[in-house]
Amino acid sequence: MSLWQKHAIFEKNSIVLVIGILIVIAIGGLVEIVPLFYLKNTIEKVDGVRPYTPLELAGRNIYVREGCYLCHSQMIRPLRDEVERYGHYSLAAESMYDHPFQWGSKRTGPDLARVGGKYSDDWHRDHLRDPRSVVPGSVMPTYGFLAKTELDYSHIAEDLKVQALIGVPYTPDMIANAVKDVATQATTDSPDAADLTKRYSKVQVRDFDGNPGAVTEADALIAYLQMMGTQVDFSLYDDKANIR
Amino acid sequence: MANAAAPQKQMTMGEGGLALTFAGLALLCIVIAAKAYTPEYAFHAYLFTAASVAAVFAIINRYYNRPAERAPLTIDGKPNYNMGPVKFATVASVVWGIAGFTVGLIIALQLAFPALNFDLQWISFGRLRPLHTSAVIFAFGGNVLLATSFYVVQRTSRARLAGDLAPWFVILGYNFFILIAGTGYLLGITQSKEYAEPEWYSDLWLTVVWVTYLLVFLATLWRRAEPHIYVANWFYLAFIVTIAVLHLGNNASVPVSIFSSKSYIVWSGVQDAMVQWWYGHNAVGFFLTAGFLAIMYYFIPKRAERPVYSYRLSIIHFWALIFLYIWAGPHHLHYTALPDWAQTLGMTFSIMLWMPSWGGMINGIMTLSGAWDKLRTDPVLRLMVVSVAFYGMSTFEGPMMSVKVVNSLSHYTDWTIGHVHSGALGWVAYVSFGALYCMVPWLWNRKLYSLKLVNWHFWVSTVGIVLYITAMWVSGILQGLMWRAYTSLGFLEYSFVETVEAMHPFYVIRALGGFLFLCGALIMVWNLWKTVNSAEAEETAGLALAPAE
Repeated sequence: MSLWQKHAIFEKNSIVLVIGILIVIAIGGLVEIVPLFYLKNTIEKVDGVRPYTPLELAGRNIYVREGCYLCHSQMIRPLRDEVERYGHYSLAAESMYDHPFQWGSKRTGPDLARVGGKYSDDWHRDHLRDPRSVVPGSVMPTYGFLAKTELDYSHIAEDLKVQALIGVPYTPDMIANAVKDVATQATTDSPDAADLTKRYSKVQVRDFDGNPGAVTEADALIAYLQMMGTQVDFSLYDDKANIR
Repeated sequence: MANAAAPQKQMTMGEGGLALTFAGLALLCIVIAAKAYTPEYAFHAYLFTAASVAAVFAIINRYYNRPAERAPLTIDGKPNYNMGPVKFATVASVVWGIAGFTVGLIIALQLAFPALNFDLQWISFGRLRPLHTSAVIFAFGGNVLLATSFYVVQRTSRARLAGDLAPWFVILGYNFFILIAGTGYLLGITQSKEYAEPEWYSDLWLTVVWVTYLLVFLATLWRRAEPHIYVANWFYLAFIVTIAVLHLGNNASVPVSIFSSKSYIVWSGVQDAMVQWWYGHNAVGFFLTAGFLAIMYYFIPKRAERPVYSYRLSIIHFWALIFLYIWAGPHHLHYTALPDWAQTLGMTFSIMLWMPSWGGMINGIMTLSGAWDKLRTDPVLRLMVVSVAFYGMSTFEGPMMSVKVVNSLSHYTDWTIGHVHSGALGWVAYVSFGALYCMVPWLWNRKLYSLKLVNWHFWVSTVGIVLYITAMWVSGILQGLMWRAYTSLGFLEYSFVETVEAMHPFYVIRALGGFLFLCGALIMVWNLWKTVNSAEAEETAGLALAPAE
C-alpha cells in the first residue's frame, strides 16, 4: 500500500480531517506567540513607562475611533532615516500598556510614536480643525468637530477598572479618582495638579484645546498626542540591558 | 402533499427553541438599548431587537406555511438540494460587492482630493477604510464563500444541506453581522484591529453564526453518498475551522460594560501585534486563499469539463499550504519591536510558502490540459484562469516583499496596498466572478444572458487592475526611496509632506483603475440580472430538481 493511499483516512473521515487541520495550524502560531509572553526583551520594564492618565486614555480611544492608525504608524524602525526623522527607535516596553496596540501598517501620514512635544497645542488645534491651514500639501481629513464635542467621561473609571483586570497597573486610588483626574488634567493651573502628578509621573496638565470652559474631545486627543513617546528618557536608557 | 394520511403538523424543537431564543434576545436588547452609554450603541441594540423580532415572526410564519412533513432528502432517488440559502448569499454577494467597490473608489478619491471627506466625521477616510475592507473581504467575499461552499458541499456529497433553519440562520445571521459591523464603522464603533474591527458584541454574534456554519457543513458531509470527501471541501473545512480559531484568539477582549460598545483587547503591545498579524495574515491565508482555492477546485474543473490536474499535488499543496501559512504573520512586523528571531521565522516561512502557493496555481491552470482552446471561446473560463495567474503573481510578490531588506523599503508604503489589490482584485474577485457566472445560471436554471458582456467585463476590469497595481508600485517605491533619500551634505532630502505631494498623480491613476474595475462589476450585475429574468432554459445545465423554497 503506497503512502498516497494512506491519505484516504483524511478523505473518508471528516473528524479526522478536522483534527489534522487543527494540529497542523496550531504549530506555527504556538511557536511564534507563546514565547513572547516570557522572553525578557518582550516583557522588559523600562523606567518612565506608566499607564495612560484617564484623559490620555480617552484621547487614545478617540484616536482608535477615528481610525488614525490607518494612516499613522506608531513604530519607529531602527533604520538610519527613520531614527533621524522621528527619533529613537520604538521599544516594546513603550506600548506595553496599549490595549490594543496602535503600531499601524501604513504611513499615508508620518509616524506619531514620538510626536509628543514636537508641536504646540495651538498647532495641533489648527491642524485637527484644518490640516491644510498648517501643512498645505496634507491629505488628512478635517476633525473640527472634536473641539466642538464635549468629552463624555462619565464612565471612564470603568475603563480603568477593565484595564486593571487585564494587567495594566491602575491602582484603586487611580480608579477612584479617574473622573476627577480628567477634569484636573484639562485645566491650566489646576489646584489638584500635584495630586495628579503623584499618580501619573511627568503628566502634562493644562487646557489643551484653548477652550477653558469645557473638556472637549480635542482636549483628550491633544493630551494623548502630546505625551506620545515622551515617557522614556533615552539619555538614561540602557539598550544592552536585555541582551542575552 | 395533500395526502389524507398526512401526520399532524408539529413545531419542531429547532423552530420552537430558536423562536424562544430570539424572543429572549429581543427583550435583552431592549434593556441594553434603554441603558446604553452611547446613542450609537443603543442604535445597534435596537437593530438587534428588530432583527430578533423579525426572526421570531419569520420562524412562526414559515411554520404556518410549511407542509407537515420535512422536505425529503431525496426525490426519485436524486438528492433534493436546498438551494434557497445559496441563492440568497449569491444575491447578497453581488450587492455587497458593488457597495464595497464603490466605497473603495470613494476612499481612493479622498486620498487624491481630501475635500471629498466633506468635513463629516461619518464619512472621513478613517471610518470608510474599514468599511471598504470589510465590505469587500467579509461581505462580498464572505457571501461568495457561503454560497459556493453550501453549493459545492451539496453537489459533491450528493446530499441535501443539513439542517432546516440552520442554513438560513448562517446566511441571514452572517449578513446581519455585516450590517452591524458596517454601520458601526460609520458611527465610530471599532476596536482598531485591522480586518477584525467589529466590537465585542458583533464578534460574539459572529462566533455563534460561525460555529453553526461549521456544524451545517460537517453534517452535510456526514450525509454524503460518496466515500471520499472532495478536495474542494478540504479547503472549505480548513477555511472554516481556522477562521474560527483566529477569530477567537485575536478578538479576546473584555467589554467595559454590557451597556457599552467599547472593549479592551486582553493582549497588549508586542504580544497584541503578533496576535493581530497571526490573525491578519491568515485572514488572507484562509479566508482569501483556502476558501477561494476551494472555489477553484470545483468551478474550474466543472467549467473546463476536465478532472483536476493532479490528485497528489492537491494533497501536498493542501497540507503544506495550511501548515506554512500560519507562520507568515511576523513579516508584517519587520524591524519593529518584535524579536528578530520571530521576524526571521516569519520571513523564512513566507518564502517557503511560495512553493505550495504555486502548487495550487499549477494544479488550477493545468486542469485545462487538453482544453486550452476553451480559453478562446469561453470568457468565463478565461476569467477564472487569469484569476489563478494573478494568484501566482501575487504569491510570488508576497514572499519577495517578506524579505527583510525589500520590506524595509516597501513597508508602510502603497506597494503593500498594490500587492493586496493584485491578490484581491485579480485573484479573489476574478475567481468569484467566474463562480458567479457559473452558479447563477445553474441555480436559476437559466442560460447566461451574454458571453460578450463577460468579455467586456473581463477587459474593462483587467485594464483597471493593471492601472491600479502599476500606480501603486510606482508610488510605493517612489515614496519609500524618498523617505530614505539623503542630500550630499548628509541631510534627509525630503520632508514628509513632500513625499505625500509626490503621490498625487498616482492616487488619481489608482482611482481611475478602481473606477474601471467597478464598471466591469456593474456590467456583470446587468448580465446576471438579465440572466435571472430571462425565460427558463430548456436544457438544464446544473440542477435537476427545483429547490425546496
